[in-house]
Amino acid sequence: MVKNKGTTPLAFDEMMNADSSPRQPYSTYHDWYASQDKNRLIAKSKEAENIFRKTGITFAVYGHADSSEKLIPFDLIPRIISGREWRKLAQGIEQRVIALNAFLDDIYHKQEIIRAGRIPRELIEKNEAFLPQMIGFRPPGGVYTHIVGTDIVRTGEDQFYVLEDNARTPSGVSYMLENRETMMQMFPELFHQNRVRPVENYPYLLRQSLASLAPAGCSGKPRVAVLTPGIYNSAYYEHAFLADQMGVELVEGSDLRVIDGKVKMRTTRGYEAIDVLYRRVDDDFLDPLTFRPDSALGIPGIMDVYRAGNITIANAPGTGISDDKAIYSYMPEIVEFYTGRKPLLENVPTWRCSEPQSLKYVLEHLEELVVKEVHGSGGYGMLVGPTASRKERAVFAEKLKSRPANYIAQPTLSLSTVPILVNKGIAPRHVDLRPYVLVSDKVQIIPGGLTRVALKAGSLVVNSSQGGGTKDTWVLED
Amino acid sequence: MLGRTANGLYWMFRYIERAENSARLIDAGLRMSLTRSEASEDDWDGVLQSAGVRELYDEVHETLTSIDAIDFLLRDRANPSSVMSCIEAGRHNARMVRTALTRETWEATNECYLEMKAMLSKKARPTDMPEIIDMIKRRAGLIRGAFHGTMLRNEIFNFSRIGTFIERADNTARILDVKYYVLLPAVAAVGSSMDNVQWESILRSVSAHRAYGWVYDAELRPANIADFLISNGRMPRSLGYCYEKIASNLGYLEREYGERHAAHDTAERTLASLRSQSIKDIMDQGLHEYLEEFISHNNRLGQEISDGYRFY
Repeated sequence: MVKNKGTTPLAFDEMMNADSSPRQPYSTYHDWYASQDKNRLIAKSKEAENIFRKTGITFAVYGHADSSEKLIPFDLIPRIISGREWRKLAQGIEQRVIALNAFLDDIYHKQEIIRAGRIPRELIEKNEAFLPQMIGFRPPGGVYTHIVGTDIVRTGEDQFYVLEDNARTPSGVSYMLENRETMMQMFPELFHQNRVRPVENYPYLLRQSLASLAPAGCSGKPRVAVLTPGIYNSAYYEHAFLADQMGVELVEGSDLRVIDGKVKMRTTRGYEAIDVLYRRVDDDFLDPLTFRPDSALGIPGIMDVYRAGNITIANAPGTGISDDKAIYSYMPEIVEFYTGRKPLLENVPTWRCSEPQSLKYVLEHLEELVVKEVHGSGGYGMLVGPTASRKERAVFAEKLKSRPANYIAQPTLSLSTVPILVNKGIAPRHVDLRPYVLVSDKVQIIPGGLTRVALKAGSLVVNSSQGGGTKDTWVLED
Repeated sequence: MLGRTANGLYWMFRYIERAENSARLIDAGLRMSLTRSEASEDDWDGVLQSAGVRELYDEVHETLTSIDAIDFLLRDRANPSSVMSCIEAGRHNARMVRTALTRETWEATNECYLEMKAMLSKKARPTDMPEIIDMIKRRAGLIRGAFHGTMLRNEIFNFSRIGTFIERADNTARILDVKYYVLLPAVAAVGSSMDNVQWESILRSVSAHRAYGWVYDAELRPANIADFLISNGRMPRSLGYCYEKIASNLGYLEREYGERHAAHDTAERTLASLRSQSIKDIMDQGLHEYLEEFISHNNRLGQEISDGYRFY
């Protein structure tokens, strides 16, 4: 049988109904599109690429030969979400983010959820993302995960699933902002015709949100800084972009030092204290005295300052225990345990390969499943069963058998599609969605987010490191 | 501002200045080989020396040919002062200090890099040279224009300007030092066509052959050329002009920060001597010795700025 490479002919298309009429949120856009000269759109598409290249909106792909800087392809057909759909999503995300923070607080304090028998103790305590250094410590404002990027997929008119809770350092928000900027530059008329909710104030909200969680002892205006691993990091552009847009310093570990119980940065006039550090450096590298001793990216002693309550670190160290793929399968229980309500957003059914029954099922159904590494990210080390070759599946089965606890498996969801512009017109491609959430004394969800789109027909892998692109994401007022 | 940011700005502008300088030296070299009846590879020997990469060239090449010399100055990554190396290093620093730059300045720098990288991806043919040199000048001009048109006049601006002028003073002093002997009164048989070519090439190396004519009449005289490039406060590549700018930018920082460093004394001392010494004094003292000392003081100033403002 000739496989259609995983294209699910029945995939839900967000723009077009089965009868070739546009779905309601796209109706205004569809009329506009129909009136456009296709060659002009193709030319615009090139123009967009030039804007991105010129601006330097690039990312580095690790392990590529001529790697240094790549563009993430931008598709100029927007992904449009109605106000009604969004409200539903936003409520579900808010509930989930509240639960994540409550879970983290509990895990690092009384561990009631373990005592209640809802999740196994070893899942937490044997997990590398669990940081004993955080036990008994409550970050300023009681917030652990300040910035969350909840990955969501859709399979039908009303079916949304949470695919991942990115509670450590979700990236990509600069693309959300640049995509919107580019669309507004290229097609201003679309923003007159459609009432698109703004996302541009994200940097402002982020700064406000971070500043509001400054340590209690901070007098005066809190000094915020963004910590980057440096110019060679794949997301460096984003770090610089956010620091610039927030109007705060972009610092590296080598700029910082602990002096008199405070974290200070070396300025042209001497050392100056930082109150809130938005760090884009992983836990492991944050403090060579506490974590990896070989880390040159971190600040020796910052964890002592943190535990003494003299700096806010966002997101808090140790938040990884809440978005670990092994924990993910327990999210419905977690949400219910802390919010007292059933989750508003569904989890994707997940087999934990650590459980012998599940492992057996997974091995028998590899050609239907997506198997992921528990600690992996960026689409690396995963198997998409339906599109993998027999040989790839066989190789993967061996890996599964040797380290079952390292994997989870999920059914291959028929992700919704949104059209992209191709030479012959438009063609549907699978998408996901990452909205961005800011947590302080309130939860703010930016109406929009990053839509990632698989550019290859039928592909379900949307990661930019694997050839995915992005789209501007509109949430309409209605 | 972070010390590392000040350092990045300082080097970003040093490298952009150096890229332009290397291009100018190639231009002067090409010009010389055009005006000489018998084209000589010796011309390129002088150009490589002016760029301070004569020995490095020999490590990479067995013989000196104009084609190889041009390529070495233009695009060889083994030469840290080649146009392409400098543009890359300048842009690398610009990326590092991205938050300190306006969008316009960053984009001009990034576009310069992208365009030059594409243009210099292959060995250039001699017939392409005018276009390439022109492109470098134009791109560097766009960076300068964006910088002057959009940047706040604050510490960011001061560190950038200091980088530009420390580099420029170094370049001008080196160009003079390589050719100092043709400017010595004892050697110079005034008026021989050979000397005229040499003198003109010095002026071309700093894009000043036309300006010279406006200031000193058309006649090329060694003392006037030296005066023009060392003392003349109106000539934007002269040592005197560079130090006026360095001292004034350091002065801004001093007032802004309320802090004075060793660098301030050094810069002011050098400026005072550039203002007071006549070209005759310098010639009497020994032009070569003077320039050598200048270059070493200029380097020391760079180090003092780096220490005073906590670059590392």
